[in-house]
Amino acid sequence: MANFKEIMSRPERLTGGHRMCAGCGGTIAARNVLKALKPEDKAVIANATGCLEVSTFMYPYTAWKDSYIHNAFENAGATLSGAETAYNVLKKKGKINSTYKFIAFGGDGGTYDIGFQSLSGAMERNHDLVYVCYDNGAYMNTGIQRSSATPHFADTTTTPVGSVSTGKPQNRKDLAEIIASHHVPYVGQTTFIGNFSDLHSKAEKAIYTKGATFLNIMAPCPRGWRYATEDIMHVCKMAVETCYWPLFEVIDGKWVLNYKPKTKLPVEEFLKPQGRFKHLFKKGNEDLIAQFQKEVDERWEQLLRFCEE
Amino acid sequence: MAIRERLSGNEAVANAMRQINPDVMAAFPITPSTEIPQYFSAYVANGKVDTAFVPVESEHSAMSACIGSEASGARTLTATSSCGLALMWEELYIAASCRLPIALACVNRALSGPININCDHSDSMGARDTGWIQIYAENNQEAYDNFVQAYRISEHKDVRLPIMICQDGFITSHAVENITLLEDKEVKDFVGEFNPKEYLLNEDHSMAIGPYDTPAFYMEHKRQQAQAMMNAKKVILEVAADFEKLSCRKYGLFEEYKLDDAETAIVIIGSAAGTSKDAVDALRAQGKKVGLLKIRVFRPFPAEEIAQALKGCKAIAIMDRCESFNSQGGPLGAEVRAALYEAGATPKTVNYVYGIGGRDVRVENIEEVYKALDEIVAAGKVEEPYRYLSLRD
Repeated sequence: MANFKEIMSRPERLTGGHRMCAGCGGTIAARNVLKALKPEDKAVIANATGCLEVSTFMYPYTAWKDSYIHNAFENAGATLSGAETAYNVLKKKGKINSTYKFIAFGGDGGTYDIGFQSLSGAMERNHDLVYVCYDNGAYMNTGIQRSSATPHFADTTTTPVGSVSTGKPQNRKDLAEIIASHHVPYVGQTTFIGNFSDLHSKAEKAIYTKGATFLNIMAPCPRGWRYATEDIMHVCKMAVETCYWPLFEVIDGKWVLNYKPKTKLPVEEFLKPQGRFKHLFKKGNEDLIAQFQKEVDERWEQLLRFCEE
Repeated sequence: MAIRERLSGNEAVANAMRQINPDVMAAFPITPSTEIPQYFSAYVANGKVDTAFVPVESEHSAMSACIGSEASGARTLTATSSCGLALMWEELYIAASCRLPIALACVNRALSGPININCDHSDSMGARDTGWIQIYAENNQEAYDNFVQAYRISEHKDVRLPIMICQDGFITSHAVENITLLEDKEVKDFVGEFNPKEYLLNEDHSMAIGPYDTPAFYMEHKRQQAQAMMNAKKVILEVAADFEKLSCRKYGLFEEYKLDDAETAIVIIGSAAGTSKDAVDALRAQGKKVGLLKIRVFRPFPAEEIAQALKGCKAIAIMDRCESFNSQGGPLGAEVRAALYEAGATPKTVNYVYGIGGRDVRVENIEEVYKALDEIVAAGKVEEPYRYLSLRD
């Protein structure tokens, strides 16, 4: 992998001037994935409908230096399949000389839910592309509605906490595991930690591994999660230290754990800074936190087994 | 040198696709269009084409992949029917508004529900306002010829719109007929190379497609798109003229059959036009002045030309092979009547819904329609301007 200094000195491929919120995790994810592209390589970026799309490409301005296509909400996988196929044909015919890489960005709504079939198809067909999910755990663009990536008990606008509701009644889907079951050559799960070397290294592997690859990046949304915008790095760190959001890779079917906390912190450390979980800390709701902890523990234990830790 | 063959409509269209040798095909099976990607996959498997076939997991993804491919600068096509076209609905609009000249072989079939695999036009008629050019065929020869002409129209610089080449499910798609094919080289030369100006894989400069469009620009973009559809009419005729030089087969916006001196006429789309021509011949033999107008191009709709062709008639039956559920009749009925009104033409009109869900259309059924037109002429008025043909009691 290119060293930190080299990566950070590469020119921005998603420029400033777009309309994303200050401190948006989605933009941080996209910019840093693109940092892993070799400067000499070109890219085609596909974007599912969502905050990232409507805020970065408002006619007649685009914030993307690379070629970029937005088609619809549910089909970034299929759209990029078509672009990658076109590239292979045109390259074979000698109409293109440059090297192009193919990167899709979708939020969890466009990836876990409405775009799930299109993503699964693209993965199964093993197109040479990367699908990057910036997972902020709800439909943030339309105003914080629950998705299948929303954690248990989160207060969203379609799972509001009320007199007879304690937030989202269901657990979240484990998409990285599902995509790994497609037996694609590379799956990585990451978030914003330290100097981002985990994210940069996974993005580079995902982009430069031949075949369909998938990156799941926890990308907090200060509006939807209701934490102080400047605390994003703390929220991410707590997600990892509590084992709510483990860092791992699946390389050619082999599960690899990238980080194992010396002391696994209680899940409250992740939940507490977030307004969407405020109700869990009310007196009488201790069992809800216990349920949340149990789910985190079970998934962590399963991951340790997968990784033979 | 023309090649004489016996082919089904599906195989004929697949042959046109092979001769065009496009860059990418993305398709999903659905009766009765399934054979087209099947034949094409065999061409790919045997090295007869340079095309990459993307076996997508749905029709929505088929059109999505086509959009990604065409936007990347690759000549792209697909085939579908019925619910498959309906599942593409959102993407049909996006393909047209992105001005991507994708070609789609539509094998017309009824829409669910109830599920029915047989011919009617409710699928492509449902897509009539999506911004796609629509050209319909009476038989396998026309389906083939129309497909050969497709890209010359859709890729034209004044048009740049996707194009749907329609044929009737089973009746045309599966029935084997005599057909005359062009030589591979003739088709290749006629269609030409695809060299788009702006595309994602343009190495000289990057491109962004599919923006969020604010009220400040959206309306102008739609007006430009509408202009492209208006421009298509002239281009369709120019391409048809070139095609005639090559094939000696003449095509227009529609076909007039014994219409010059006709007092009554029917307006119809697709394979039932052939059946209707038999009825016209039989009635002409009895000395009746009957004629027929067969729509070839439905989008853009040649309103002025149709009104001009029909203005001498006393009564017209407009035949819709689909329902519109507007309590007034079908889409062709509405558009032909509007065309006549705008032109100040005054024939009496009646709109029939016929043949839906594969209901058989026989010569005697069409003769019944002409008989009804005679009654309208005699009465000087139209009772029941919205009717069903061959409906069981």
